[in-house]
Amino acid sequence: MSFGDFLYSNLLQFWELTGFANAEIGNFVMILVGLFFIWLAIKKNFEPMLLVPIGFGILIGNIPFNAAAGLEIGIYEEGSVLNILYNGVAKGWYPPLIFLGIGAMTDFSALIANPKLMLIGAAAQFGIFGAYMVALAIGFSPDQAGAIAIIGGADGPTAIFLSSKLAPNLMGAIAVSAYSYMALVPVIQPPLMRLFTTKKERLIRMKPARAVSQNEKIIFPIVGMLLTCFVVPSGIPLLGMLFFGNLLRECGVTSRLAKTASNALTDIVTILLGMTVGASTQASQFLTPQTIFIFFLGFMAFIIASSSGVLFVKLFNLILPKEKKINPLIGNAGVSAVPMSARISNNLGLEYDPSNYLLMHAMGPNVAGVIGSAVAAGVLLGFLA
Amino acid sequence: MKKSLLTLIFAALAIIASAQSRSALRINEVMVSNDSSLVDEYGNRGAWIELFNSNFAPLEISSVYLTNDSTDKRKYPVPLGDVNTNIPKRQHVVFFADGEPNRGTFHTNFTLVSGKDNWIGIYDADGSTLIDEVIIPASLLPNQSWARTEDGEGEWALRTGGANDYITPSSANVIKDTNKKIELFAERDENGFGMTIMAMAIVFTALLLLCLCFYAIGKIGSAVSRMNKMRAHGVSKEEAREHITEHDSGEIIAAIAMALNEHLNAHDSENTILTINKVKRAYSPWSSKIYGLREVPEHRHAK
Repeated sequence: MSFGDFLYSNLLQFWELTGFANAEIGNFVMILVGLFFIWLAIKKNFEPMLLVPIGFGILIGNIPFNAAAGLEIGIYEEGSVLNILYNGVAKGWYPPLIFLGIGAMTDFSALIANPKLMLIGAAAQFGIFGAYMVALAIGFSPDQAGAIAIIGGADGPTAIFLSSKLAPNLMGAIAVSAYSYMALVPVIQPPLMRLFTTKKERLIRMKPARAVSQNEKIIFPIVGMLLTCFVVPSGIPLLGMLFFGNLLRECGVTSRLAKTASNALTDIVTILLGMTVGASTQASQFLTPQTIFIFFLGFMAFIIASSSGVLFVKLFNLILPKEKKINPLIGNAGVSAVPMSARISNNLGLEYDPSNYLLMHAMGPNVAGVIGSAVAAGVLLGFLA
Repeated sequence: MKKSLLTLIFAALAIIASAQSRSALRINEVMVSNDSSLVDEYGNRGAWIELFNSNFAPLEISSVYLTNDSTDKRKYPVPLGDVNTNIPKRQHVVFFADGEPNRGTFHTNFTLVSGKDNWIGIYDADGSTLIDEVIIPASLLPNQSWARTEDGEGEWALRTGGANDYITPSSANVIKDTNKKIELFAERDENGFGMTIMAMAIVFTALLLLCLCFYAIGKIGSAVSRMNKMRAHGVSKEEAREHITEHDSGEIIAAIAMALNEHLNAHDSENTILTINKVKRAYSPWSSKIYGLREVPEHRHAK
């Protein structure tokens, strides 16, 4: 072999390893999707903390390469760096860590002051089971339908946790769908809230919440964990961590731990979770007809969840005394998507009455929605795993 | 004192944890006379005993005792130092009861005798705690096994090696190719109504329980704090009960604050002077780069 042949054969071999030689149309489609997510996050400020890591993860996951070369670089290749990071998603241990952070960040005062708002958080879970029925009708198996339907809980970590257990092959599409619709909550919810409420209902002023004592705030995570986990033990990973984080925050003697859980730890896990979920959406796995159905079902789930929250408040108002009526504009907040959906309730309330601030009232169903969706995930896991 | 108490608690927890895991070991399937079944690593066929880890975590079984004699509880100690004695969750290991312990970890120093009842027991490392036992009936014919109907649980039954009662050394006694729960839902709850009703009932129950609980805690808490407040002002319990008033809302507190401000001109001092101090950085060749670095850009959105 001449020196020229040697150079040529090595360069040819190198060319075969490059992304250009291995590219397929699907890779470019997914790269465009990733760029769209990054654009949404930076230009439109839609959930940037999530869409930037997911968007960039999509770019990383869709760089074409020669898998047969055994370079151990792909996210699905055992032992690769990305695969090790992806373990937190595949084995479901990132979501409980995120829940720990959510617990350490969340002030449950609004809920403790007005416990009946918890029922709105429960009612909004109809979105999950409405989507479950539609998914079954489309032809998904019960476990796949359950994994897809949890998108209606509007809780990314819960969706990832449940899909990693029930339908790991659909997890990428489910996670991207859940986070996309969470980012689109300001677009999806207001028309539904207007549709299902009258002008008179939108003007309802709710009584200011009472002050909540420190003792109540400390008792809440302990009793909350015991009660919900005794009813649904399969929700322990999520509910246990959520309430544990909240106890760290409220007990007053672990402020360092609460600070770490709510800041550094959550940020680290969010980066890893977002990036690896994005990278798991490789074109060959993601660009399937199933993904279109999953996005459709996710949309359905959000619509049903938001509507059922609002309609439940209207129904609830029928039995409540006049001075305790609830403004149905806070019903949408039952779908979780903390705190975006509560902010939407507040903004819409201010649109109709510039002095009617609903934010604190909406935070009640909002955090109840987090508990409700974790309970619903536990139920689905218990029935279908 | 505190330290030793903590040590004691941790030690107790460790003992409980280890006791729990060992107790999960089960005798799962046994063959006494083997002509055409499992072959050992030396090419021999002999009686075998399958053990099953019913835990959902790995289980280390070295130093556990296997025996066929209830008077000799420490007959065959499972040797230490073999990685294969760590049974993965819900998995099996097979011991050959060939009386040849020198052939390896999984060859016991006793044999099973066909044509008579064989008692087999597993004792924990202390040599006295019985973990599991079984009597293999004398009626067992060659190449038939005596196995649990479900792995690690259920009744014992004869297996002849037929299509429906297959012999499964080192694998699950019931081969599951599908998830029965999912199949049942697919068959009985085609449209998902059943799941919706059950799941929503559970979600509502969980949150309703929490709601009732905090309604009660809130009531008790407010009553106690009101009573304490009254007592601090020297009002008796009976008088306090009579003077229970509604909670002061934020609006009432704001109105009182405004009234106080108007009449007493009481206000916390604010001088409304904003001072901007220049932060000086001492120059040194090591820190000079801080002047050359640009701040990390932060995108601000117009409200």
